[in-house]
Order: sequence, then C-alpha cells, then structure tokens
Amino acid sequence: MGAESRLPLQPGEAEGVASANVLDVANIEVIYNHVILVLKGVSLSVPEGAIVALLGANGAGKSTTLKAISNLLLAERGEVTKGKIHCRGERVDGLTPNDLVRRGVIQVMEGRHCFGHLTVEENLLTGAFIHGRRRQQIADDLEKVYHYFPRLKVRRASQAGYTSGGEQQMTAIGRALMSRPNTILLDEPSMGLAPQLVEEIFEIVKNLNEREKVSFLLAEQNTNVALRYAHRGYILESGRVVLDGDAADLRENEDVKEFYLGIGGEGRRSFRDVKHYRRRKRWL
Amino acid sequence: MGFFLEVLIGGLLAGVLYSLVALGFVLIFKASGVFNFAQGAMVLTAGLALVRALDVFEQWHWPFGLALLSAFAFAAVIMAIIAWMVERLVLRKLVNQEDIILFMATIGITFFLEGLAQTLFGADVYPLNVGLPKDPIFLLESLFDGGILVNELDIWAAVAAGLLVAGLALFFQRTRIGRALRAVADDHAAAQSVGIPLNQIWFIVWLVAGLVALVAGAVWGSKLGVQFSLSLLALKALPVLILGGFTSVPGAIIGGLIIGAGEKLAEVFLGPSMGGGIEIWFAYVVALLFLLFRPQGLFGERIIERV
Ligand SMILES: Nc1ncnc2c1ncn2[C@@H]1O[C@H](COP(=O)(O)OP(=O)(O)OP(=O)(O)O)[C@@H](O)[C@H]1O
Ligand SMILES: [Mg+2]
Repeated sequence: MGAESRLPLQPGEAEGVASANVLDVANIEVIYNHVILVLKGVSLSVPEGAIVALLGANGAGKSTTLKAISNLLLAERGEVTKGKIHCRGERVDGLTPNDLVRRGVIQVMEGRHCFGHLTVEENLLTGAFIHGRRRQQIADDLEKVYHYFPRLKVRRASQAGYTSGGEQQMTAIGRALMSRPNTILLDEPSMGLAPQLVEEIFEIVKNLNEREKVSFLLAEQNTNVALRYAHRGYILESGRVVLDGDAADLRENEDVKEFYLGIGGEGRRSFRDVKHYRRRKRWL
Repeated sequence: MGFFLEVLIGGLLAGVLYSLVALGFVLIFKASGVFNFAQGAMVLTAGLALVRALDVFEQWHWPFGLALLSAFAFAAVIMAIIAWMVERLVLRKLVNQEDIILFMATIGITFFLEGLAQTLFGADVYPLNVGLPKDPIFLLESLFDGGILVNELDIWAAVAAGLLVAGLALFFQRTRIGRALRAVADDHAAAQSVGIPLNQIWFIVWLVAGLVALVAGAVWGSKLGVQFSLSLLALKALPVLILGGFTSVPGAIIGGLIIGAGEKLAEVFLGPSMGGGIEIWFAYVVALLFLLFRPQGLFGERIIERV
C-alpha cells in the first residue's frame, strides 16, 4: 500500500459509487432509547488499507460510533437518526451485523466479549460462522490466526473464560479474523492490559494491516500508542469530532499534547476552552 | 430392599419425563433468556399432532412402521411451523424488550397453542400406541424375593430420553450450529458481532425445544393417553428447574430424576404417616427449600468472571 492511497478523499468524491474509502460516515446522529442524543453529527472516513484512530475521553462516543457502523447499536436500543454510512460506496446503515460481516466489516467489541464457556479454538471457529462448511478454508484460516497469535495455539483447548486478559483480547481479534474481514472496528484493545502487552497487540494490528491488508478503525483512550500506530486520527468530544488529521500532525499538535498525551500546559479543562474547532460540515 | 428399589426405579423413570420438559425450558432460556411458559403447551400440541396423525394413517391402512414414522414427521413439521411463527411473529417484534414482557408473551403463546391444538386435533383423551410393549417385567429375581417390578414402557421411555439427550449433546458439542448456539447462550452481543444471526438461532432453538416436546409428548401419551393435562407438565418442570438451575442441561436432567424419585419415595414411605397425597406437593416444597438455601440450584451457572 502506497502512502498516497491512504489519504482520505475530498468531500465531493465520496458520493461516487467507486470510493477508495472502505468506510464513509457522514454526519451521523445517534439516539439511545429514543431520547438520549449521543452522537451529534459525526463524520469520518477510513481509506482502504489505513489504520484510523478514533480518540476521546470516557463517554465521548467512540464505541457508539463503531456500533453505529457495525449496527450492533440496534441490540442496545440505539438508532442512527440522521446521516449516512457507506461501505465502499454502498449504503450500509440499516443492514444487520450479519450483513456487514458478510461485506467484510466486523467489530471487536470493547471488553473483548469472548465466549467464556467455549474453548479458545471454539471461539475462533465461531468467527467463521458466515463461511459455513468450507472446512479447508477454515482450517487454513485457523492456522493463520495461530501464526499471528502463537500464544493462542498453546491455549487452544482452554476455556476462554479462564485465560488472561491479553489472551482474551487476542482471541477476540483472532475470532474476527476468521471471518476474513477487510475492515476491523477495534474498540479499546488496550483496555486493562499491561503496557508491554498493549505494545504487542498493536504490533500485531500493524502486521495484519501491512500483510493482510486489513483496514482498522480503532477506538482508543490510549492516545499515545494509538497515534504511534495509526495513519490518521479523529478526536471526539461529547459526540462531535473536534479535530482530525494525519497521526503525525496530531502527535505534534499542542492541544493534543496537552489534553490527550499529558505533556505540557495546565489549568485548562477542555478543548473548547482553548480553541473553538469548527466542525467541518462535510457531505451535507 | 427390593420394594425400595422398585419404588426408586419407578420414580426415576417418571422423573425422566420431568427432565425432558425441563430440558426444553433450559434450551430456550439459555439461548434467548426467555422463560418459556409455553413448553407444556408445546408438549400437548406435539402429542396431539402425533396421535391424531397416527390415527389417520392407520385408518388409511398404512403399514404400522410407515404410519408411525410419518406421524412423527408430521408432528415435527408442526413443531417447526410453530418455531417459525414464534420467531417471526413474537420474538422478532419484541427483541430487546424487558424479560417480563417476553415471559408474558410466552403465556400468550401458551393459550394460543392450547386453543389451536385442541381446535385442530380435538380435545378428547387419545390413547397413543407407538408400538412399545406395556407389560410389567420383573428384574433381578435371583437377588430379591419376587424381583423388582418395572413397567417395560418406562424403560423404553428412559432409553428414548437417553438417546435424545446424547444426540443433543453431540449436536451442541460437535456441530457448527451447536457451537453457535452455545456462543449465543454465552454472549448475545458478541455472537451478533461475529455475524451469527440471532433470528436463525432462535428459530433453531425453538425447533429443538419443539422436538424435545415431541419426545416428551410421545412418551407421556403412550403412558397416560394424550390429553389436556400434558400442558400442565410445565408446572411440574418449574421445581425441576429450580432444583437443577435454569441454565444447566445436566441440571435439568438430574433435577427431573431427583424430583421424580423423591416424590414417589416420599409418597410410599412418608405418605402413610402423613396422610398421603405427598406426591402432589413434594416437588414444590423441595423447590421452596432450594430457593431459601441454594437459589442458584444444584448446577447453577458457574459464573466465570475475569476482567
Ligand atoms: N445503551 C446505552 N443507552 C443509553 N446511553 C448510552 C448507551 N451506551 C452508551 N450510552 C451513552 O453514550 C455516551 C457515549 O458512550 P460510548 O460508550 O460511545 O463512549 P466511549 O467514547 O466509547 O467511552 P469509553 O471510553 O468509556 O468506552 C455515554 O454518555 C454513555 O453514557
Ligand atoms: Mg467505549
């Protein structure tokens, strides 16, 4: 993948059918329980082959954004009430999670959500559910997952509920890989893991991105690690994108340094007190 | 001693049926979190469909084996249609509602099924003969004076139930769909996230519960005739579930056996001193004691927690 192809398209181009972005989210609003407005117009895009980080504090709406795309929102009584979501130019809001997995877009949920009573290997196999009975393919994919996560091979027969947090995160990512995705929506992979393990997981994400050409939309609170591995980043605050750009630029941005990387500055509480980032209203 | 064993075995064999009904509950409860009050009505419907179809096929002078197989197939199709309708018309509409709403819905399904089944198939008592011998036989005559009296039909019923449970265990452990069912039982949201369609799973699980109900209906029906009281089996399954734990398949089976054996033993050995009639309330008292002292049941969910 050349660096050029990772640049997001300009607003006008996204309307076309043949988009080079795997995901285009345009100005979506999400409401839970018919009353709680959580996303207030979020737009972002994930170019083919990119790792895009979605950053922000607790409750900013990162997970909600990912669930809006995978449509796991429905099961939580959430609803996309405005805006559009396109996957490779095809409108996908309103499809079921199963439809999206079939289109190669799969979410790895926050908190891993392994099937506790199933073994690690059974967990991985559930990821191949949509591939039915293609035994050879599934066996090959299983070997591939074990290649990326050698530790899982050792633990293959253990009940997933009794494995460590890191192993569960690997199981969750491996399980998603079994569906043969082109885009993974990865929600807080670093949650509750020791720094070294976080690094290990992100290295694997990078490997998968480079070798398997999987694009990632990565929700993270760990801004530091996320911006080191991502190509682009979006910063969410209370359901709005307040800043976006190339990961390298974001790393150097004074406000990001202050609020999300914990370097320099003091006393100010929120982005809003510093500068008013006007949301770019795209694709309206 | 011989008499004690005789009562015990009789009770265990009766317990097999409680186990079967409780098993249907557990399957649905695990996969969808729905407490399916309609399981008893499903037993009634399956039993009626089976016995009436068998009557018709026999009137057509089909050979018995063919008639029996066709009647089972007919009843299985009826159960599949019910599963499909429940998924389409009820569960799909009520997805993500409170548990109590789904529970109420299954009460509605109960009345609907009871009414529909009796309208379609009739409301009498229909004796069912699936070709199993009903003769009493004597076991272990060399060990005990006079041997142990058991009903041959009960033994066949236990064999059928055992085969069913073994088949289900294989299905859950070894097949792709079985694995998906277990995944859904563990974590709905995660199952959905990997592309397992919950609607399809719910249909399958209601179908499996329907087939379990069919076996239960066939066995009870051949013992006592197919009649409305089959629907009330659901009430007997409740204490079994409290005993065994709502989410445990082995719990349902062992709970059923314990209740079955316990109520017979209590009736025979405590009955005379307490004025009899113990069989009727024994199960509920045991359930009450469990609720007080071990509310998760014998095999209540081992909750795996790890953060
Ligand atoms: N099912 C729900 N019903 C109602 N409100 C919800 C629901 N899920 C999330 N919210 C609310 O939506 C807001 C955004 O939540 P979300 O989980 O998307 O945040 P997040 O950025 O992922 O935070 P975190 O870093 O803590 O995971 C929060 O205020 C939260 O309380
Ligand atoms: Mg979150």
